[in-house]
Amino acid sequence: MDAQYWNDEIETMPRAGLESIQLIRLQKLVKRMYDRVLPYRDKMDAIGLKPEHIKSIGDLRLLPFTVKDDLRDNYPFGLFAAPMSEVVRIHASSGTTGKPTVVGYTRKDIDLWANIVARSLVTAGATKNDIVHNAYGYGLFTGGLGGHYGIEKLGAAVVPASGGNSRRQVSLLRDFGSTVLLSTPSYALNLADAMEAVGIDPKNLSLRIGVFGAEPWSENMREEVEKKLNLKATDIYGLSEIMGPGVAQECQFSKLGMHIAEDHFLPEIIDPETGEVLPEGEEGELVFTTLTKEAFPLIRYRTRDISRLYREPCACGRTLVRMAKVTGRTDDMLIIRGVNVFPSQVEHVLMGVEGVEPHYQIVVDRKGNLDTMTVEVEVSEQFFSDKVRRLESLGAGIKKEIKDYLGVTTTVKLVEPKSIQRSEGKAARVIDRRKLS
Amino acid sequence: MLVEQIAVFVENKPGRLAAITRILADNKINIRALSVADTADFGILRLIVDNPQKAAKCLQDGGFTVIVTEVVAIEVEDRTGGLATVLAHLADAGVSVEYMYAFVNRSGENAIIISRFEHMENAVKVLEGTGVKLVSKEQIYNM
Repeated sequence: MDAQYWNDEIETMPRAGLESIQLIRLQKLVKRMYDRVLPYRDKMDAIGLKPEHIKSIGDLRLLPFTVKDDLRDNYPFGLFAAPMSEVVRIHASSGTTGKPTVVGYTRKDIDLWANIVARSLVTAGATKNDIVHNAYGYGLFTGGLGGHYGIEKLGAAVVPASGGNSRRQVSLLRDFGSTVLLSTPSYALNLADAMEAVGIDPKNLSLRIGVFGAEPWSENMREEVEKKLNLKATDIYGLSEIMGPGVAQECQFSKLGMHIAEDHFLPEIIDPETGEVLPEGEEGELVFTTLTKEAFPLIRYRTRDISRLYREPCACGRTLVRMAKVTGRTDDMLIIRGVNVFPSQVEHVLMGVEGVEPHYQIVVDRKGNLDTMTVEVEVSEQFFSDKVRRLESLGAGIKKEIKDYLGVTTTVKLVEPKSIQRSEGKAARVIDRRKLS
Repeated sequence: MLVEQIAVFVENKPGRLAAITRILADNKINIRALSVADTADFGILRLIVDNPQKAAKCLQDGGFTVIVTEVVAIEVEDRTGGLATVLAHLADAGVSVEYMYAFVNRSGENAIIISRFEHMENAVKVLEGTGVKLVSKEQIYNM
């Protein structure tokens, strides 16, 4: 079977050629950042590094890292490398505390992104003849619009379903004869449940490929999705800071990992403790440098995702490096139904509720196919009341604040003091009961 | 004319009420009346005891969330329509009741209604104006 490529020259280029393109782009990027992004220039100056010191791809490791706090410190547009007059799109995702992480795109960036997503779709096995049901949320989240533009770029027909209203979505899947599904893996299972509830047999649908991402999922879950939806499930990776969906995509041949669009996003694996680059194939923190973005380029951005890289040849013929399915995080970020949640954000909300400086615990579970998040809050004398109404409105208030602030629905459970376990005086903030492996 | 009541936060799980009453018993505190308000996830135990401050301290030491609040104890004749008359006065004056619970005193003649109103001062004023008998805290604690 002939493998299909979106851009065969780049996707199957011998490594030496690819690396020379990467070097030229890296040098141009470093110069652009040094000239235009003052906070990054300061980082380089602090260690006496000049753009002309970057002479080989190996010199990448001389460059300072960028971390999520840099984004927060320069909120909202302080790290943009293009004037706002050239920015045509802004997206945002959760920051660790208070402020969201903001990213911008020029027209050229949007076009690049659309191309990368089109490449991902082709890598997954889609063609321009497909009808693609896009159930990623449309809005500030990059999933919806990112997928949308890529589907159109490919020339397939996009159904911009966004999230929610599963029963209507399954009717559309059936009536339109959609052949490709884009969603989070948990939402795909949710759609399978909705099909069962309304009596639609997936075998009577035309779905053949799923492109699932934005949250961690296991091989068991892949099997379940494939069985329940009667399609081939593939993995897509992305994060808004780097671009959005399409940074890497699994091909039809490999279960070893996702091909990274490394002509645009240069990956490294580092030891999260020391920051040292790890030898080929070892597991560590994934770091990306965006080689071609204009509005919001990043050098050595620490994703906090744990993965590993493989450069062995792939049966699909692509020479692009593959990254393993993300197996964890080096920080405490949780992904709840595709939404990034940091425990610090929950704490921030709780502190904001009048009189509450609580001991709390976040319990995450997966009930059926959907993630659930329960915030347990110890009731202290400060906000206890003899009136049921007061306590119930306090719980409801916390729930609403979390929904408004984080965009995720939680259950708030008031518990007795000291009922949340403390380890060495410090409470265990998160209990994740989801079984993903 | 207000009486101290203690309110204890109780999670809905077995053994919590047993633990609370054990602490009170060990500290020789006598319960005069109680009520449990329950929701799906938690309950609020309200207690009238012979020594509320001591009871609150013991329960706090035992790891419970406890507050002391003020309620009104109304003595109502133990006959048909006794409570209806009192409530009619309050309703006419526009006083809202948060919650109530009752017990019969040892003589067995009159019922004591423990009441929490939205605006306590206003409620007391209305009750005093109607000649209803309010029970003092000393009377309640020493009953």
